[in-house]
Amino acid sequence: MSEIIKLSSPSDFESLREKIIKGRDPNRTAVAVCSGPGCLAYASGKVFKRFEEALSAAGLEGEVTLAQTGCHGFCERGPSVVILPDEICYLRVSPEDVNEIVETTLKNGAVVERLLYKGEDGLPIQKESDIPFYKYQQKVVFGDNKRIDPRSIEDYIARGGYTALVKAITTMTPEAVIAEVKDSGLRGRGGGGFPAGAKWEATAKPPADTRYVIVNADEGDPGAYMDRGILEGNPHSVIEGLMIGGYAIGANEGYIYVRQEYPLAIDNVLYALDVLRELGLLGENILGTGFSFDIIVHKGAGAFVSGESSALMSAIEGRVGEPRPKYIRTSISGLRGKPSCLNNVETWANVPLIINKGANWFKSIGTEGSKGTKIFSLVGNVKNTGLVEVPMGMTLRQIIFDIGGGIRDDKEFKAVQTGGPSGGVIPEEMLDLHVDYDELYSAGSMMGSGGMIVMDKDTCMVNVAKYFLEFLSDESCGKCVPCRDGIDQLLEVLRRMTAGTARPDDLDLIEDISVMMKECALCGLGQSAPNPVLSSIKYFKDEYVAHINDKSCPGGVCKALIAYTIDVEKCIGCGKCMKVCPVNAISGDKKKPHKVNNALCVKCDSCYQECPSKVQAVTKIRQADVITAFATSEEAANE
Amino acid sequence: MSDITLKINGTEVTVEAGTMVLDAARKAGAEIPTLCNLEGLEPFGACRLCVVEIVRGGRSRIVASCLYPVENGIDVLTESEKVVRYRRTILELLKARWPLIDKKLLEKYGVPADRMVPRDNFCIMCGICVRHCSERRKENVLGFVGRGIERQVVSYTVRAKKVCPECFDKELSCLRFCPTGVIVNDCATVCPASRDEEAFAKPVRVRDDDNAAAVKKSLGDA
Amino acid sequence: MLGRLAAVDKIIEAHGSDREGLIQILLDIQREFRWLPKEILEHVSKRLDVPINYIYNLTTFYAHFSLVPKGRHSMHVCMGTACHVRGAERLLDRTSQVLGIKPGQTSRDEKFSLDTVNCLGACALGPVMIADDEYLSNPTLEDIRRKADSCE
Repeated sequence: MSEIIKLSSPSDFESLREKIIKGRDPNRTAVAVCSGPGCLAYASGKVFKRFEEALSAAGLEGEVTLAQTGCHGFCERGPSVVILPDEICYLRVSPEDVNEIVETTLKNGAVVERLLYKGEDGLPIQKESDIPFYKYQQKVVFGDNKRIDPRSIEDYIARGGYTALVKAITTMTPEAVIAEVKDSGLRGRGGGGFPAGAKWEATAKPPADTRYVIVNADEGDPGAYMDRGILEGNPHSVIEGLMIGGYAIGANEGYIYVRQEYPLAIDNVLYALDVLRELGLLGENILGTGFSFDIIVHKGAGAFVSGESSALMSAIEGRVGEPRPKYIRTSISGLRGKPSCLNNVETWANVPLIINKGANWFKSIGTEGSKGTKIFSLVGNVKNTGLVEVPMGMTLRQIIFDIGGGIRDDKEFKAVQTGGPSGGVIPEEMLDLHVDYDELYSAGSMMGSGGMIVMDKDTCMVNVAKYFLEFLSDESCGKCVPCRDGIDQLLEVLRRMTAGTARPDDLDLIEDISVMMKECALCGLGQSAPNPVLSSIKYFKDEYVAHINDKSCPGGVCKALIAYTIDVEKCIGCGKCMKVCPVNAISGDKKKPHKVNNALCVKCDSCYQECPSKVQAVTKIRQADVITAFATSEEAANE
Repeated sequence: MSDITLKINGTEVTVEAGTMVLDAARKAGAEIPTLCNLEGLEPFGACRLCVVEIVRGGRSRIVASCLYPVENGIDVLTESEKVVRYRRTILELLKARWPLIDKKLLEKYGVPADRMVPRDNFCIMCGICVRHCSERRKENVLGFVGRGIERQVVSYTVRAKKVCPECFDKELSCLRFCPTGVIVNDCATVCPASRDEEAFAKPVRVRDDDNAAAVKKSLGDA
Repeated sequence: MLGRLAAVDKIIEAHGSDREGLIQILLDIQREFRWLPKEILEHVSKRLDVPINYIYNLTTFYAHFSLVPKGRHSMHVCMGTACHVRGAERLLDRTSQVLGIKPGQTSRDEKFSLDTVNCLGACALGPVMIADDEYLSNPTLEDIRRKADSCE
């Protein structure tokens, strides 16, 4: 901010807002360089620097706005640069491309075709919203990211920011705010999907001198990063939501609990809070309305179980994050024993929209039981990975194939995992499932925070289940027997299966431990821990049976059960596999079929991946068959 | 405090509000096994052996009775089919850690043999010693370290050397309350107070050396 | 040692010597020293009047804390689900090979530490690792070697 004038009334805010909007020309050219976690990793910082230099060299600083914005979503093709107002979308932009963009597009109004997205027909697509990845999305929460510099409150205010807060605290009673949120049908975006309005109401109800509102930004689900995208890209949207919640519930203090792995999110939030305090939008008697509110940021030290509300509150109190028994509701006795309302990042970010546009608008999006949009992190073996926001009720097929572009390397689809370690896998025959809380739940999975991990045919479902149990065995707090020892023993069963030493009744043992855990574990982590195993047994039982009875791994992943061989009919003798083998287990003459020495092979999978996809001579067979093959050849030699 | 009326296995009882279901049920004569529950300590809810089925308005759920306050009109079933089934599996898990667990209990619930992989730590992490030492004695000699399956009970040497000899074998010694006997059996050989070794903290349970080494390492003491 | 404790005191004061701030204080100490030395934890225990068993319970519970010295450069390989299905195990093997240490270990010269994390939140880049502050998306053996060589 150039000069900070403390705002002391709603009309002060209104004149600031008018001033900001008046000073902006909507047709002015702007360069939005994505600085989301994906693009930053692809050196978008350097791209931004180059733009600074190039714009100044071209004398364009006065005419073109340059901004480092939050995540645009299409992380797979990062760094992404969007030229506004025409929304020309350049992907995989390297620092070397910048001069050309400045020269061609900014100076001469033409496009740099080679940096555009190429459609299925091979033709370039100029406008961002025409790219299939974006075309089917409905960006409500995430939409302003490319137009907002997370360090600029003016950008946020210019897009309508803080008008919802002002509307709430000047024209609505707390009860009316709660009623609006309740009416909207907004459900928690972080896990079980509990109705947010009901939670707010329950927290506002019990008599208390102090109440707290809390943002859960501990995003612990492996494979999910949408909260990071929001908090880094548009921190004010979360803060505004939290403030509205504070007003509605009667809290004067809010907490944002962010995992320390997200330093940029922490910095951007702290910066935003400082600006708000200077502006008088945070602190005592905000805009002279009598509403006082402040926000404290707490860093999480790394514990998945902290995502559980009572464990998170313990962590804020500086204690070990062990969950408390559920009968003590945090809405009655939460942080420091006071009524506390905890929602996750995306939930809070929806609140300003609901207040501004109304519950009816919000209800018009989504399905019967799940309103609004949901942001998913579409990752794994899918072509277009990234953050996607879609209306509730879109089918998995639309998300994975229309938006995600299908499976990488055009392999076969096998399953999609949703809901993180508490969720489950969904098979191909259910791709037309309409994604919402209830549909996912009845499919044996759950929404969770919105991770959507796509798996191709080269994935072993037993291995994936084992992966989740390993994760949970490390992340369980270890307090109660069902969770601590139940996960441990389940994991032993799966280790046996993947090692080829499973017992015939192992599926029964899984069943016994799992049903007990679901009802007897102390908190949600333990109760939902068997889900990844149970759901994969439900849909992929044949894979389990193959591991147990046949000692084979249909996905070709479990090292103990597989062996590599080269199909003499297919091998063209290119030698690629031989070169990549770290233990010299492959031999063969040029242009003649190669051979794998199974006694030397360490099953690193390199040859399988290196073999040209048109050839596919390297194949996986059962380890058991190798031994038999050996025996027969030895027998043959003996004869 | 007002009174609460509920049913325990079909029999109506009235108890003071705030009473835990476990206490109400035991008072009514029901037998509920527990390991981590000890009078005088805050309920912990870790062993889950005390699970019971609570029925209200035709809907039932499983709760840990040591941590569930009584409510009007609920029907508590302490030996329902579900409860028996779950307790059996919990006992089976406990037995893997503690092979000397009460045989009568195993028989009563029909616990199958040899399905679980043995985890002979003997300590079942009930936390009675830790809680007793911190909550009641305010001595803080013992503590938990780690999480998940790596969770352990350790004893902090400096404090142990000072405190344990005074407390040892007295009426309020942790030895008396350890349900597995780990502390009783191991105290003489393991208790840092009885050794001269200069270790910062020692695992209470050290049957196998890998375990001891792992704890030392996790505490930066290796 | 005195200098170190003075730095710790400064951190404690910045957080208001409040017991509630314990985790935040420990995070700052971890950042300052790259690990939590015993003397420092004992000092914190005295300053905040928190028993040592409580502090060790915390520091062994949260994954970010380390009770052993860490290398000057940290390499974290992500083990999140998205990375898992795209070959995180193989990336971990490669990194381990380059650095000559196993996950959880620190090299003898205290130059490198190799650790796994359960999710870095950069799932679209999977398999991904973070070398100090730099994200590397599916780096080859050569990429990792180059990065390691560039470290002082």
